[in-house]
Amino acid sequence: MMELLQAVQQIGQDLLGPAWLPVWTVAKILVIVVPIMLTVAYLTLAERKVIGFMQIRIGPNRVGPYGLLQPLADGVKLLFKEIIIPTGANKALFVAAPVLTLVPALAAWAVVPFDVGMAVSNANAGLLYILAMTSLGVYGIIIAGWASNSKYAFLGALRSAAQIVSYEIAMGFALVCVLMASQSMNLGDIVQGQQSKAGLFGWYFIPLFPMFLVYLISGVAETNRAPFDVAEGESEIVAGFHVEYSGMTFALFFLAEYANMILIAALTSIMFLGGWLPPFDVAPLNMIPGLFWLLAKMSVILFLFLWFRATFPRYRYDQLMRLGWKVFIPLTLVWVAVVGAWMQTPFWLW
Amino acid sequence: MEMIKNFFKTFLLLELVKGMALTGRYFFARKITVQFPEEKTPQGFRFRGLHAQRRYASGEERCIGCKLCEAICPAMAINIEIAERADGTRRTTRYDIDLTKCIFCGFCEESCPVDAIVETRVLEYHGEKRGDLYYTKTMLLANGDKLEEQIAGDRAVDAKYR
Repeated sequence: MMELLQAVQQIGQDLLGPAWLPVWTVAKILVIVVPIMLTVAYLTLAERKVIGFMQIRIGPNRVGPYGLLQPLADGVKLLFKEIIIPTGANKALFVAAPVLTLVPALAAWAVVPFDVGMAVSNANAGLLYILAMTSLGVYGIIIAGWASNSKYAFLGALRSAAQIVSYEIAMGFALVCVLMASQSMNLGDIVQGQQSKAGLFGWYFIPLFPMFLVYLISGVAETNRAPFDVAEGESEIVAGFHVEYSGMTFALFFLAEYANMILIAALTSIMFLGGWLPPFDVAPLNMIPGLFWLLAKMSVILFLFLWFRATFPRYRYDQLMRLGWKVFIPLTLVWVAVVGAWMQTPFWLW
Repeated sequence: MEMIKNFFKTFLLLELVKGMALTGRYFFARKITVQFPEEKTPQGFRFRGLHAQRRYASGEERCIGCKLCEAICPAMAINIEIAERADGTRRTTRYDIDLTKCIFCGFCEESCPVDAIVETRVLEYHGEKRGDLYYTKTMLLANGDKLEEQIAGDRAVDAKYR
């Protein structure tokens, strides 16, 4: 795989000279963004199907075989719908907000490694970059809520901001544990650190199991998914921060939410479930390309996201805050100390 | 003791796992969706759908223009005008039901002394423009003529409960 990439790069360099770099960068971006967009489209279908199945329904099955063309139909519908800008709205911010939510969700993928050395940017501070990007998403939501000039949108935005800021901390501490275990901020190195003879028992979700759960649950909260979807709260504040949005502007929020879900799934797989590593380093399993393992792990986590949504009722706002501040943050702090102490003993095997 | 139990209950997420096991089971359960145009749910003989006006076997319309249905209609969807016919009987010159107002309560058919206005089992009908769902006497009689067999059958089944 690496030789092939190297060869392509060599040919391009000879052919285009200095113009090759931008071409190569755009190609790398497209190779990541296009599959993400397609995954987002089909994740919406998967969500409707999975939730339907869990409610003993069939889910969409009219557009194309088994409803497989449903995302396209939805996309076309949203594309052709009118974008209505409310009279009192701040026009520039109103239009900018959905873009601001989507861009960080996509930008964070720059440091995600898909296989050994297969990342757009092999940044050494990758983990920090991820934290920065995922927390930028909240600005889009706040701006959307404020620029809409609507009380529901504003309430949704306030809730969302408070929620994301609270869970960010727990998430950060959970990642501090990963950082301590792997001694690196480079996502590629974090995955490499989980490689061992023990296979899946060498992955960080074993020593950091509570952190794995905290990260997963905070991830659900970060992406404003059920049961932490008070920001949207369709049954109480209509649709929260994006109540005034329609057509393509609304679609961008939708894309951002799902892109974030996929991102969280990818990060969870990389940091706790060994990224591209096969569960056991034996003959038939380690022949399969690492990308497959990463995608498989992401699929499992995405399925969990949908499963959560089909199962749990929405958290009340105060319960949500209690969970974030009074359960997760103390828990993560304790575990940081535990891991720190554990690493000083000979019982630390990772 | 209770506190310790609760502590472990909270941190082991037992209840959440239980809930997910339930939805997980249903994920594989047989789906109960009725795929409407192809499959249909069973219909009772008292189903209240599209209205119809009936005739006697002789071809004479049943309606005697007593206006009981118009009086009882809670949605005021029925509009009747009457006149004396050449043979001296009282007949309607106009019998309109606005189906956009109708709430399908069945009071009109309950109140009718001669079983003239009835609600049939038809539920798949539509209007393509404003006014299409304003049913006039001729339209109602046409419905009755078309569906008389089923209407009569349903009334016969229902008779023993009345």
